Amino acid sequence: MIRAFHRWPGLVAALLLVVLALSGAALSLYPAVERLSAPQAGAGLSVADLAGRIAASHPGLEQIRRAPSGLVTAYWFDGGTPQAAVIDPATGLDAAPADPDPVRRWLTNLHRSLFLGDAGRIVTAVGAGAMLVLALSGAVLVARRTGGWRRWFAPLRGPVAGRLHVEIARIAVLGLVLSSATALWMTASTFDLLPDGASTPPFPAEVSGRTGADLAAAGALQIPVATFRSLSLADPGDPADAHTLKTAQGTGYLDQGTGALLAWADLAGWSRVSETIFMLHTGQGAAVLGLVLGLMALGVPVMAGTGLVLWLASRRARPRIRGNAPPRNAGTVLLVGSEGGSTWGFASTLHAALTDAGQNVHVAPMSGFDPARYPRAARFIILAATYGEGCAPASARGFLDRLARMDRAPCAPLAVLGFGDRSFPAFCAYAEAVSTAAEAKGWPQLLATGSIDRQSPQDFARWGRTLGAALGMALDLVHQPVTPASEPLTLVSRRDYGAEVQAPTAILRFARPPVTLWQRLTGQGFARYRAGDLLGILPEGSPVPRLYSLASGSSDGFIEIVVRKQPGGLCSGQLVELQRGGTVQAFLRRNPGFRAGRGRTPLILIGAGTGIGPLAGFIRANARRRPVHLFFGMRHPDSDFLYREDLAEWQASRRLSRLVTARSRGERPHYVQDALRHEAAEVARLIGEGARVMVCGGRGMAAGVSTALAEILAPAGLTPALLKAEGRYVEDIY
Amino acid sequence: MNPLAAVLALSTALTLPAVALARPVTLAATLNNYGGDGAYLALYVTDPQGAYVGSLWMAGTKSKYYEHLSGWYRATGGDTRQVDGITGASVGAGRTLEITLDLADALFDAGYTLHVDAAVEEMRDSPNEVALPLNSAGASASGTRYITSVSYR
Repeated sequence: MIRAFHRWPGLVAALLLVVLALSGAALSLYPAVERLSAPQAGAGLSVADLAGRIAASHPGLEQIRRAPSGLVTAYWFDGGTPQAAVIDPATGLDAAPADPDPVRRWLTNLHRSLFLGDAGRIVTAVGAGAMLVLALSGAVLVARRTGGWRRWFAPLRGPVAGRLHVEIARIAVLGLVLSSATALWMTASTFDLLPDGASTPPFPAEVSGRTGADLAAAGALQIPVATFRSLSLADPGDPADAHTLKTAQGTGYLDQGTGALLAWADLAGWSRVSETIFMLHTGQGAAVLGLVLGLMALGVPVMAGTGLVLWLASRRARPRIRGNAPPRNAGTVLLVGSEGGSTWGFASTLHAALTDAGQNVHVAPMSGFDPARYPRAARFIILAATYGEGCAPASARGFLDRLARMDRAPCAPLAVLGFGDRSFPAFCAYAEAVSTAAEAKGWPQLLATGSIDRQSPQDFARWGRTLGAALGMALDLVHQPVTPASEPLTLVSRRDYGAEVQAPTAILRFARPPVTLWQRLTGQGFARYRAGDLLGILPEGSPVPRLYSLASGSSDGFIEIVVRKQPGGLCSGQLVELQRGGTVQAFLRRNPGFRAGRGRTPLILIGAGTGIGPLAGFIRANARRRPVHLFFGMRHPDSDFLYREDLAEWQASRRLSRLVTARSRGERPHYVQDALRHEAAEVARLIGEGARVMVCGGRGMAAGVSTALAEILAPAGLTPALLKAEGRYVEDIY
Repeated sequence: MNPLAAVLALSTALTLPAVALARPVTLAATLNNYGGDGAYLALYVTDPQGAYVGSLWMAGTKSKYYEHLSGWYRATGGDTRQVDGITGASVGAGRTLEITLDLADALFDAGYTLHVDAAVEEMRDSPNEVALPLNSAGASASGTRYITSVSYR
C-alpha cells in the first residue's frame, strides 16, 4: 500500500520534480554568493548613520533597502532619471550597480510557475505535494528495508539502482520534506489563503509640517542595521508626507521634519511565521541552510532516474499475467510466493486454465495479502516456493506475520501448493509452515497441501486434476517451465583434481560476459556478484537448472566454480568434460544469506571437497586482512587438495591467517570435524571473540561439524542454534 | 477587463452626486522595457484637497503585494474592497494596459487628479509615478521609472 503511495506520485511527477529540484538547486547558490559579495555593515552601525551617509551622497534619495544577506541598495532620482546602486555601508557610497539579474529572474519564474503564471504556480504546488508524499512514504519504505527507524543508516545490499536510491534518499529526505512543506506554505501565502498580510499602522493624521530633518539625527532610526529592512523617504515637496520604516519587528511612519516616530505596528504572528518559512525555503538570510537544501535537491534527479529503473526492473522480474481480474471481482485468488520467478510461471499457467474454465481469477504476491481486498473471494490458492532452510521466498515476505495478526482467517477455503526440491531436507518447508499456520488460524481447507518436485510438469498436472475435482470442473494444467534468462559462459581455464581418488573434480574458470549499462543499473545479469552467490547452469537435455556456489566475485573479473562429477550426474558430467573455449548456458542467483559480511571479527571457514569454492572466494576477496581460519577436509593431499598453491600464497599475503587440513583417506581417516575438535580451545576462543562460522559442503559433513561445534561450545554455554539465531553460523549445504 | 463591472464598482466607490451622468473614458498606460516581471499598477483618483476618492483599476491580483503600491495603500489602508471587481492581470514590460470605463461627469474639470502607482518584484517601488488632472479634453503624461506614458480621452 505504502509502495503504491510512493510509486505513482513518483512516476507521474518525476519530470516536474527534476525541473523544480534543478532550478531550486541553482537558485540556492544566489543567497550564498550574495552573502559573500555584499559589503557588510560594521557591528554597531545604526540605521540613522547608514541613512545619513547615503542621503548625504545621494541627493534625490527615495528608498534604502537591506536584503537578509546584508546587501544594501539605494534608489534615487538624479535630475529626473531613476538610479539604483549597491551601497557600501561603511562609506555610504556606491559599491556596485544594482541591476536585477535576468538569469536569477528566469530561474525563479521557472521554479515557482514554469513561466505559466498562476496555473503554473498550482502545478508546482502539486509537485511540492507529490514530493512531500514521496518523502514521507519513502521514509517508511527505508525504515522497512533497513529493519526499523533506529537502523536508518544500516548498510544496504542489492543492485546499484536500489542502493543508490535509498542511500541518497535517507540523507536528502529531511531537506526535501522541508523544501516541499515550505513551498506549499508559500503558495498558500501567495494565493492569499493565509492571514499573513502586511500590517501597517494607519497613516498619521498630524505631522509637524516641517521637512528636511537630518536622517542621521532621527531618533527613531537609532536602531542596529541588522534588523533593518527598508526606509522609504517622504516627498520633500509634500509636508504632509512621512518616511516609512520597515524592520524585522514591524512597520512605522517617521516625521520628516523631526525624525520622530509617528506611528508603529508590530509584525503579526502569521507574518513572522511566513517570513521564517520564506527564509527556510529560499535560504535568503540562511545561506548555508540554502546550500544544504540545494545539495539535497540535487538528489532528486538521481532518485527519479533510479526509481524509474527500479520500477521497470520490478515489472520485468514478474511475468505479465494476461487478463488478471481486478481484486474486488475475483472469485479465485492466487497468491504467489516466488524467489527466482519460476513459481510465477506456474501461477500464470493455473490462472490461464482457471480463466478458461470461466472463473474470475486474480494473481498477487503473497507479501501484500489483505483479505479485505477480495470481497467476492470463494477460494484462495497459495503457490509457495521455499527459500533456504524453510524461509519465506522474496514475494511472500511478511505473509505469516500478516496471517498471525488477523483476528480470524477468511471464510473462503484455502489450497496450498509447495514448490521445492526433494533432495533438500527443507523440501516445501515454507509451504508446510503456511499450511500449519492457516490450520491453526481455523482457515478451512479446500485441498490437502500438495507439492511439486523440481518444477515437475507431471506433478503440477496431477495436482491440477485434484483441484479440478474439488471445484467440479475438468482442469488440465499444461505447464511449460520458463527457463531463467541465461547467458553463454566461455571456459577460460580449468584445474583438475581427484582422478586418483575416484572423485574427478575441477576448478572451472569462465570469462565474465560483457555487462550492459541497463544490467549494471538494475543489477541483472553478471553485473555484480560475490563469492557465495549461486551460478545456475542449464545442462543440455534438461530445462531444470543446477546451482553451484560461486568461488569468485565481480571484482575478480571472472566466474569460478568447483565441480565434482556426480555418478550419473547430467550437469556435473557435462561440466567436468567441458574443454577450454567451450560454453555453458548460465545465470546468476543471489544468495544474500551466505556472505562473509563487512565486519572485522574473525571468520572460521569450514568446508570439505568442492565446498571450499565459496570459502576460497572469501579469502581471495579478503583485502582488509580480516583474520580468517580455514578448516578444509579432503580425501588425499596428493590428489584433491583444491586451491593448494593459492592457499599458500594467500597465507603468505595474510589474507588467510591459518589453514587446518584433514584427510579422510589413508591409515588414519581424519575428517574436518575431527580437525575442529583437535583445535577446540582455539575455536572456542575465536567464537568467544565474536567470530563468524561459515560452513560449505555436503550434508553429512555439515551435520558432523554441527555436532563437533556443539561439543566445543557447550562449556561456554553456547550452542550452534544460538549462533545461527545471531546470524553468526551460516551454512551452504548441498 | 470588464467595463461594466468597472462602472458598477466605481459608482459605489465614488460617492459623487449625479453619478448617473457619466461618460465613457478610454485609459491607456504603456510601460517601458524595465527588465523585470509584470508590473502592478494602481489607478486611483484624489479630490482637489488630495484626499482619496476612489479606485479606477488595479493591475495585479495578489493582494499581499499591494503594500508596494504605497500611495494607494496609504490612501486606502490596503482595503481590497476598493478594487473588488476592477482587478486584472499585472502588466508586462513594454506592454500597454487599456481600459474603458464610465466616469462621472462631476469628476472632470473640477480639480480631481488621476494617480498611477507602480511596483515590480525585486525592483524599486514607484508610488505616484504619474499624476494628471482630469479634464474633459483628455490629457497625457509620462512616468519616471516604469511608465512611458499614461493618457485618457
